Amino acid sequence: MAERVRVNPITCEAHGMCAELLPERIALDEWGYPIVDDRPLSGDLVAHAQRAAQACPTFALLVERSSKG
Amino acid sequence: MEVEQTAALAEEQSGSGASGLPRLLEGVPAQGAMSLQTHLDIHGEPPPAGRSGISSISDRWRDKRGAAALIDQVEQAGLGGRGGAGFPLARKMRSVAAGKGKPIVVVNATEGEPASLKDRTLLETLPHLVLDGAALAARAIGADEAIVCVCESAGVAHERASAAIAEREQLGGHWPRLVLATAPEGYVAGQESALVSHLNGGEAKPTFTPPAPYERGVRRRPTLVSNAETLAHVALIARHGARWFRQLGLSEQPGSTLITLSGPLAYPGVYEVEFGATLASLIEAAGGMKARVRGALFGGYAGTWVEASALSGLALSNPHLAPYGATLGAGVVALLSEQACPVAEVTRVTRWLERQSAGQCGPCVHGLGALADTLEQAMHGGAHSRQAAARVEHLYGLIARRGACGHPDGTARFAMSGIEVFAAEFADHAKHGACDACAQAPELPLPARAQTAARSVN
Repeated sequence: MAERVRVNPITCEAHGMCAELLPERIALDEWGYPIVDDRPLSGDLVAHAQRAAQACPTFALLVERSSKG
Repeated sequence: MEVEQTAALAEEQSGSGASGLPRLLEGVPAQGAMSLQTHLDIHGEPPPAGRSGISSISDRWRDKRGAAALIDQVEQAGLGGRGGAGFPLARKMRSVAAGKGKPIVVVNATEGEPASLKDRTLLETLPHLVLDGAALAARAIGADEAIVCVCESAGVAHERASAAIAEREQLGGHWPRLVLATAPEGYVAGQESALVSHLNGGEAKPTFTPPAPYERGVRRRPTLVSNAETLAHVALIARHGARWFRQLGLSEQPGSTLITLSGPLAYPGVYEVEFGATLASLIEAAGGMKARVRGALFGGYAGTWVEASALSGLALSNPHLAPYGATLGAGVVALLSEQACPVAEVTRVTRWLERQSAGQCGPCVHGLGALADTLEQAMHGGAHSRQAAARVEHLYGLIARRGACGHPDGTARFAMSGIEVFAAEFADHAKHGACDACAQAPELPLPARAQTAARSVN
């Protein structure tokens, strides 16, 4: 079981909060939309990722649990 | 362009050769649609029971075992989807059959790809082949309904599919139920999650997955969305089996396929070839070239360009196209004549694709706009046109895999392959600006309403 971050590109409105709160995994492109590193989150990053997901004004950032790697 | 068949590639063609063709297009009428009776005379009754998927409700239990065996046949045949992505149909069927709830089938004949005519042609001329396939696939996965979806601009296809469904209904209760539906015009409206959203009463725009249609689609039921040609192949696999299917084509890509061939040819149109047939043999079948060719687009407008020098000797299959980064996609082969300006053609189609965006995802909206802007600047020459290729490559990296659907990826691939294959022409435009041919009428087809992004509803 590993947790990863993923963006719903339809609901994302480029507020950019996620890149502020999870710079380890999220950068912004030239238009302000998140570029996500979707490798599994290490334990210490999970809480940061969840905080970033809660802070997203459109709830477009998802912390997903998958059985893969 | 050279139209000599090279010995090596000719050998790749299957042992049974051209004698096994046509399959789908057997007896295709020059005018109108093939009747149900003629269809059954040519192809015979579809197994396991009933007429062309027509069987009374009391036959259902008898059909069940035979119907499910069809999935095995489709798997052994190695039938890949013919909508572009080539996903193995049997895997899709199994996923849908294993889903929660009563499955449903959607026949995707929307064909939003302007360079493709095959699905429309199938419904217009051989509707019963598609309906057979839909009915057989539906029974195999335990679905009670198949919805045939055509684009609202495809009036003739709609009319003939409707008449064909009526023909079947006259023969008695048709099971599964066949229903005809229209989808709005548009390149992205035929994307499977967009189609499902439309059929559920929502906008014809892609949705965020999961859940994918195979898990939860039309009326929240597991939904098999399959291209019309794919299902037409199912109609024949059900009758003749996997071994027969594999007698044509390559072991990696078995069977035959429909190709929409366009360009400076005597007879452009829809052709059936086996995978691995040479492009030269297809061109010959189309009456030969009327002009020299500058390059060819494979797959469709989400596809890839191949330069003219590579075309003689090229064979039509994904393994043969792989070295060029291309696939047959939805079966589009568009030859660009030497009179056309490839810079203008690539630029025009990229702008059209940008306007086809559903407008939902930031990287698509901004990325495709930036792509089209970059190409237009390159076409007119001047300050930044020399950096256009680097900018397009950078944009490809920003766009790929960042939308809800594959539209941004396909558009970026199309633009990037255009600027790579026609590097010399782009360099020429950077130096001298737009050429005389830039202003010519386009060769690559775009729908008449393409220039207006807004669609009028009602």
